[in-house]
Amino acid sequence: MAVTDTPFTEFRDGVFATLPAIVAAVPFAVLLGALSGDRGLSVAEMGLMSALVFAGASQFVALDGWGVPPSWWLLGLTALVVNLRHALMSASLVRHLGAFPPWAKPVALLFMVDEVWAFAEARAATRRLTPAFYAGMVVLFYLSWVAATLAGAVAGSLIRDPAALGLDFAFIAIFVVLVAGFRRRPRFFAVVGASVGASVLTDLLLPGAWSIMVGAGAGMLVAAFAPGREEGGA
Amino acid sequence: MSISAEALLAILAMAIATMACRLAGLVLPARLIGTGRLSRAFDAMPVAILSAILAPLLLTRGPADALAGLVVIVAAARLPMIPVIAIGIGAAAAARALF
Repeated sequence: MAVTDTPFTEFRDGVFATLPAIVAAVPFAVLLGALSGDRGLSVAEMGLMSALVFAGASQFVALDGWGVPPSWWLLGLTALVVNLRHALMSASLVRHLGAFPPWAKPVALLFMVDEVWAFAEARAATRRLTPAFYAGMVVLFYLSWVAATLAGAVAGSLIRDPAALGLDFAFIAIFVVLVAGFRRRPRFFAVVGASVGASVLTDLLLPGAWSIMVGAGAGMLVAAFAPGREEGGA
Repeated sequence: MSISAEALLAILAMAIATMACRLAGLVLPARLIGTGRLSRAFDAMPVAILSAILAPLLLTRGPADALAGLVVIVAAARLPMIPVIAIGIGAAAAARALF
């Protein structure tokens, strides 16, 4: 670590790391809010969901399954399935929280959305992951997520069809760049091939969040058992 | 501006389920990781999960998204993040307008 790294520069780096993801997430939080009134949620209810759940994919799925009155156990179970991947991500991320005081580890994990996890893993691959960097990633992201959801809920149908504008591909581009960053790792193409094949097959048979779990499991199995050169210290 | 009891219960159920997933890492791993094959599996997890999120989005949502996805992958092999995002949004908008 360079001598010039301070908590401030770490925090700033964290903010900059997630700025593209925030730019991508805000339109969808707005859309989420705009959809919520139509599904029978009040502005306060939708704001509370974004503040407490803070998980875009599961919030979209929840709106789809929201009834009047909503079924708490069905919505809870759906959130569990959609966010099961976070248990895997959490198990992986915990290994990189060595610089965090004990109380900060659960706090950090509660704010671990997909993008934060991915950037934290990428950071930990080259640098020590610090609490200041992590806070930089999370604070602005969380506040914009909740604020944008509220703004969308208030404004109603401000953005009617972000898909036609291609805005959802910002997420896809971010994820593809992150995957590409790992392409010199041993067994990279075998892992990607297994994950892609298994997730697409699962998606065709059983739509929903299962394709993520099955695809990730297949990729990890290949990583564990496929022959290949070992890491040369990198 | 009100919060109904039913909605509050549903939101709390979602929040508890999500929080439980995010905190699972605190009790799951420790001595699990570190051995050869498991360590390799965990090292591959970022790539495995991201690929599994991306593949159905790019391969089962029609020709426009598949084409835009291909453009993004080619761009990601040689360009940094911000240009790839711009190219991705442009490619998706154009491909969806065409198909």
